[in-house]
Amino acid sequence: MPLPEIMLGVLWVGLTAYVLFGGADFGGGVWDLLAGRAEGGRPRRDLIEHSIGPVWEANHVWLIFVIVLMWTGIPPVFAALSSTLYIPLTLAALGIIARGAAFAFRKVSTELPQRRLFGAAFAFSSVATPFFLGTVAGAIASRRVPAGIAKGDLVTSWVNPTSVVAGVMAVGTAAYLAAVFLTRDAQRVGDERLAEDFRRRALGCGIVVGVLSAAGLAVLAWDAPRLFAELTSGRALPLLVLSVAAGLLSLVLLWRRAYVAVRLTAALAVAGLLWGWGVGQYPELLPGVTLRDAAATDSVLAASLGALAVGALLLVPSLWWLYATFQREHTAPAAREHDRR
Amino acid sequence: MIAGVVAAADGPDFLAARMQMALSLGWHIIVACFGVGMPAMTLFAEWRGHRTGDLHYALLARRWARAMGVLFAVGAVSGTILSFEMGLLWPGLMGVYGEVIGLPFSLEGIAFFIEAIFVGVYLYAWDRLPPRAHMLTGIPIVVAGVASAFFVVSANAWMQRPTGFQVSGGRIVDVDPWAAMFNPATPHLTVHMILAAFMVTGFVMASVYAVAMLRGRRDRYHRLGLLVPLAIAAAVTPVQIGVGDWAAHSVADGQPVKLAAMEGLFRTGRGVPLHLGGIVLKGELRYALEIPKALSLLTHWDPDAEVIGLDAVPPQDRPPVNVVHWAFQVMVAVGFALLALSIWLGVVWWRRRDPPRSRWFLRAVAVSGVASVLALESGWIVTEVGRQPWVVYGVLRSAAAVNPAPGLVWGFVLVTVVYTVLTIATVYVLRRLAADQPVPVAPQERDVTSFRIV
Repeated sequence: MPLPEIMLGVLWVGLTAYVLFGGADFGGGVWDLLAGRAEGGRPRRDLIEHSIGPVWEANHVWLIFVIVLMWTGIPPVFAALSSTLYIPLTLAALGIIARGAAFAFRKVSTELPQRRLFGAAFAFSSVATPFFLGTVAGAIASRRVPAGIAKGDLVTSWVNPTSVVAGVMAVGTAAYLAAVFLTRDAQRVGDERLAEDFRRRALGCGIVVGVLSAAGLAVLAWDAPRLFAELTSGRALPLLVLSVAAGLLSLVLLWRRAYVAVRLTAALAVAGLLWGWGVGQYPELLPGVTLRDAAATDSVLAASLGALAVGALLLVPSLWWLYATFQREHTAPAAREHDRR
Repeated sequence: MIAGVVAAADGPDFLAARMQMALSLGWHIIVACFGVGMPAMTLFAEWRGHRTGDLHYALLARRWARAMGVLFAVGAVSGTILSFEMGLLWPGLMGVYGEVIGLPFSLEGIAFFIEAIFVGVYLYAWDRLPPRAHMLTGIPIVVAGVASAFFVVSANAWMQRPTGFQVSGGRIVDVDPWAAMFNPATPHLTVHMILAAFMVTGFVMASVYAVAMLRGRRDRYHRLGLLVPLAIAAAVTPVQIGVGDWAAHSVADGQPVKLAAMEGLFRTGRGVPLHLGGIVLKGELRYALEIPKALSLLTHWDPDAEVIGLDAVPPQDRPPVNVVHWAFQVMVAVGFALLALSIWLGVVWWRRRDPPRSRWFLRAVAVSGVASVLALESGWIVTEVGRQPWVVYGVLRSAAAVNPAPGLVWGFVLVTVVYTVLTIATVYVLRRLAADQPVPVAPQERDVTSFRIV
């Protein structure tokens, strides 16, 4: 396979990882927002904090990875996107600051007022950030970002039907993935009541996201007809079918309390959507700009891909070990702390 | 100083973009220093605690690890913003030259990944791993932190001494990414920055304990808390002075106009004097103390050597001299003050195996933290403002790289507000952490509702 295609594939793998893992961390923040009042919502918030704590920084690096690969691999596209879409990207960037900093601050705060304040900042930015990142995806998918620097409309490029749907979908899928992951986390630490609670949330959220996806397709038919055609009758159709099937199967698995298996199917449903979009739009990255037009020179692609291949030898086992370390624990933090009091 | 920056600007949005970049980078550079230096200090304390069984070291390691958790999170997000801003503010740079500096950034991505993974394990699995294994998980953090600094600064070095590419018809045609990464500015710039990170970390951490000791808490815990970071910073400082000299020579060779701005030298000449202080008024440096022939001697080891002045280029190609000249002087002055402090500690330690007992020593250490940050920021201003009006030295002007979209001013206002809040919150949280009495078994884990006190 030629180097530009490999680069784009690696970029899309990074994006998928960010949506699945980083997205779930944002989703945790969404559920933190909806966890209820300070005392009543405490077990939920503790579980969320416990699950996100050790991994969110590593998950967050996928975003940096995607950005860097964009300017390395397809520099003119990166320049066009970030200049035309500087408003939602600035808002997303500020959301990222607020989310990460507030989470770390809350973690080391002990008094309720501070925990509330930092918690609110964490939770609200966890909703806002994926929304704005989603509007950026919608802007690209609906061909509203032309080539060149700041050539698109600064407002309508990301305030439009496709962007709004994509933004809401980003928040919805993040919350859905988080609920699915948290269900198993709660079960693993031995808190069945909490597991039931997140199972109900996951089921409800799954249905909402399913309905949203259907509505989103209708919006695409009208607002982004090219992508719609590819998704419903072109190359991307198998991926759409995979996504829908995995989504429906996830609901069944959740209903039957197969909490480990549903992690895989829920991830597949989201990844199918993402890859469906990618395949549906390929090879055109921006209107009139194909991958070949935008790709960096081969020497750059070869050097970066080579470096990443070597890096992956270090990264993959490390990541695996990180997740394994924190998924292995069998004791319940909440239960243990109750005992201690 | 502000006037100098304004004079070089081309409009409010361009100025706003530059100030936004300066604010977010100038903020991140401080936290990033702790990301590079603090894991090593923490790991050293943990290792000493394990080796000697001295509980004070173990307590210090845990306390530092907690602060490190906060600083690492803040550093991770404030660093992410920078990668956004590269495109939001400077699409003209990234759209063309992004690929040339893509390799060091890709490598930095890997290094940062390793750092984030092992920070997660190191902070959260403290009580879950045996001590030796736990200390081993700290080593990748130290290595990756230093490597990250190297990669990021090598990309910045490329902006000072661009190499490794050919342009044909406005497009990049032939790129040698390794040559771009190992450009002539990379060696001294990266070494200077990494050493600065250890100095800032060491002096700032020591200054916290110096303040506590001045308030009467002179137990072994506080004495060690002062001594360990201070000893590391003091050992680095003399080396840093030498590296600074190396850097100045390299700037004289590769960016003579920047050196002229640093020294306030307007006219090219032989046997030129070194200017101390002074201010530029109407294209002339006034009120400066002159040391005859010293600049020629320092830059070329020859009192009669020729040194290029600002007059070598037309006025529109010169950086704002007052800003660069003063930033350089502040950096050098603070550097030598820190050297004096380091020598004081070294001499007294050599004579009686104990740090100086004078209150003035503690006062000096208490100030050294802020001073080292001042030197860091000044040095960074010298590097980046001294590069102006170019974003890629001699190749691309900053004004040509900026995002032409209207409204960047409002983005800058918003970012300023957010960073103000972030600064207040960070300082508040770190102060609370320092004032906290109990130290948890694991620095991050299960401190949500309760923790066992060591």
